[in-house]
Amino acid sequence: MQDISFVIGGLAGDGVMRTAELLGKTFNHLGLYAFVISDYQSLIRGGHNFCKVRASGRQVWSHLEAVELIAALNQDTIVRHEDELTEGGRVLYDSDAAKYEGPYKPFPIPLSGMVKQVGGIPIMRNSAMVGAIAYLYGIPFEPVNEVLTWAYGKKAEKNIKLARMGYEHARQNFGQILKLAPVKRLPMPFISGGEAVSLGAVKAGMKVYIAYPMTPSTPILSFMGTHQDELEIVVIHPENEIAVANMALGVAYAGVRCMVGTAGGGFALMQEAFSMAGQSENPVVFVVGQRPAPAVGVPTYTAQADLRFVLHAGHGEFPRIVVAPGDPEESFVKAGEVMNLAWKHQVPAIILMDKHLIESYMSIAIDEREVTAEPGSVAESWEGEYRRYKFTDSGVSPMVFPGTPGAVVKVSSYEHNEYGHEVETPEGITKMMQKRLRKMDGIIKDLKGRETVKIRGDPKAENLVVAWGSTKGAVLEAMRLIDKPLKFLHIMYLSPFPEWEVTKHLERVREIVCVEVNMTGQLRSLIREQTGHYIKKAILKNDGRPFDPVGLSAKLKEAFGWT
Amino acid sequence: MDMREFDSTARNTWCPGCGNFSILAAAKQAMAELVQSGEVKPEQIVISSGVGCHGKISDYIKVNSFYCLHGRVIPPLMGIKVANQRLKAIGFAGDGDAYDEGISHLIHAARRNLDIAYIVHNNQVFALTTSQVTPTTPIGFKTKSAPKGSFETPLNPLHLMLACGATFVARGFTGDMRHLRSLILQAARHRGFAFIDVLQDCPSFNPTLEKFKPKVYDLNKEGHDVGNLVAAWEKAKEWNDRIPIGLFYRVEKEIYEKQLIGDRVLAEEKPLPSVQDVLKEFM
Repeated sequence: MQDISFVIGGLAGDGVMRTAELLGKTFNHLGLYAFVISDYQSLIRGGHNFCKVRASGRQVWSHLEAVELIAALNQDTIVRHEDELTEGGRVLYDSDAAKYEGPYKPFPIPLSGMVKQVGGIPIMRNSAMVGAIAYLYGIPFEPVNEVLTWAYGKKAEKNIKLARMGYEHARQNFGQILKLAPVKRLPMPFISGGEAVSLGAVKAGMKVYIAYPMTPSTPILSFMGTHQDELEIVVIHPENEIAVANMALGVAYAGVRCMVGTAGGGFALMQEAFSMAGQSENPVVFVVGQRPAPAVGVPTYTAQADLRFVLHAGHGEFPRIVVAPGDPEESFVKAGEVMNLAWKHQVPAIILMDKHLIESYMSIAIDEREVTAEPGSVAESWEGEYRRYKFTDSGVSPMVFPGTPGAVVKVSSYEHNEYGHEVETPEGITKMMQKRLRKMDGIIKDLKGRETVKIRGDPKAENLVVAWGSTKGAVLEAMRLIDKPLKFLHIMYLSPFPEWEVTKHLERVREIVCVEVNMTGQLRSLIREQTGHYIKKAILKNDGRPFDPVGLSAKLKEAFGWT
Repeated sequence: MDMREFDSTARNTWCPGCGNFSILAAAKQAMAELVQSGEVKPEQIVISSGVGCHGKISDYIKVNSFYCLHGRVIPPLMGIKVANQRLKAIGFAGDGDAYDEGISHLIHAARRNLDIAYIVHNNQVFALTTSQVTPTTPIGFKTKSAPKGSFETPLNPLHLMLACGATFVARGFTGDMRHLRSLILQAARHRGFAFIDVLQDCPSFNPTLEKFKPKVYDLNKEGHDVGNLVAAWEKAKEWNDRIPIGLFYRVEKEIYEKQLIGDRVLAEEKPLPSVQDVLKEFM
């Protein structure tokens, strides 16, 4: 089995992330399955940026902490990652910028000198590095050429020249690590969760994306912005998150599908408007990208600690949809699904993601036919005066939008009657509250026909791993490292909570372990609240990093008593 | 069209003699005139209001309305205009909404030249919460929250708006309804961000009607040049024996919506049938 793992690192501004992405894309072109995770700090120049790149002949769900190669643009990269090298590891480094005399095999390459030779600029060191890495993994030069041409267009010439120089230098001086063989498979995207969630929303009819920049959701804003013409969407970056959310309410009120994106802190600012979305029954989809908090926390790292926050965000009682996809394909499908559900049931929806999911790239098949724009609950006609909040059995009052002849559409933040006028009587309040809350029954009915959880591994196993969101990747990879029967329950919908699925899986097993990137076991407590099941064992951490599959497999073995 | 067609069935709970009644009547008259003249259809009008006494205006006009959160009158209207720029949007805000809680939105809407009319019911006091200071409360004014009298320098809303690039800056007075109706009509017809600060009488907590009436005069009848920013700034300083009302400044500038989306009407667009071309970029 061909399975490679290396790290490429340098200063912020050295272009490490772009290089890793291009290499991942090259592997993807060859039919391999690639995965790239980026690790960077909250600064623009300096510091230490690195990417872990993995590629394999079979689907990969996660990076690995351990690597067989360090590709270093500076000395710091070698120092920081040397202990991650596996036996026989190699250190490829810019010999004009770093030295290496340690126990691993040194692969010096004069990147800076090469750049000078062709009259390039320092960031082009990456291209020579790409060429050398391609050689080390036995990749022919042609796909490298293609990807660089795609990436740099008219400016590709010097980059290609440098890649060729790097490739030749490696061929003459270093031994190949292995020879990656191309794999025959259908083409599939090498894509991040942030990009996939954007495309899913657009496919379900999203026309407006509104956001204020905040890591880790900024890449969604950038992607939507740079692709607004192709996607025929409008992208707005207003004065603050409060404006973002309230603006989105206006867009939805006027009949246009809209999504907003933010991180935990930004969503905290949006909470009043989120509550208003519930009250006014304006369907808006919120992407919340988690990072370690409280407060500003650790901006450029990952966490799964805002589950309880989004489940309870906003004052008052109102139905909401919360979904947490685990990979880019699920991000695509679930974005479309909740956009449709929000417009059908007229409720706000949250897509709960995290830095690891939004920003990591992977090769994964996405079938765009999985998402269509399903019709919302729109009124074709009505009797007498139009009532925006007409009482119905389902609690859903068919919508029309301003501009509709003969209809006066009044939405309100205040508790209101069917026409949207303020009410304060106990009967008036009760009836409207019940109408709104009744919608949850319809959402549950709807979700019972859709995929709310996923089962992986051995469905008959007596040992069950439970996780949510991006931790899916590490769990799937860890399971490959454990030779005992294991079943994996990946819970995607968190509100309404799919107890109809979860309960039956919990009841059929003997041992359960819950894995989350938070320290309080938020899913574990939610499961107890929703099903009565108390999961005794949990593997929890909140250090900004996703689980490493190797480390997680050891912890799982220990938890299940297999050590 | 008769303005009574905008009458709503909601029960009005404003205090007797409240200045809001003048703004309500003037707004309804202005809307009726817009419909009458064929400029807009009734279903194309959308209003929004904040939270406070003024906010109830959403309930009191039978027209599309977005009765929003405190301070947030502008963002939903911006969303509405982006979604459907054919709609005629008029926002109503209190001085607490406009100048306290939601002041950032006001600054940015003016700077962007969003095509809406924005009417501030400025009674210089929080009334629905039974008297607290707002950013326009005069120095020395005593409220429950400042029983020794306010000591904060009041904001000059007209100066703020002139500085932010609003393309229509005016002041109205609830003691002169004809004038107010005309101002609202002009604001609604203005292509761009039209701002009116309305001096509003609050009979319960800040009765100003009799105090302002003898001082108020229409600056547009005294040869003020509405195209002159410096003159507008000077006029906006006047606040002693004489208080000018009317249009201080007007200028033509491209509107936000046009620059953002040209002539697109998003509310009428169909979903994109395929994202495959973009997906292919990743392959």
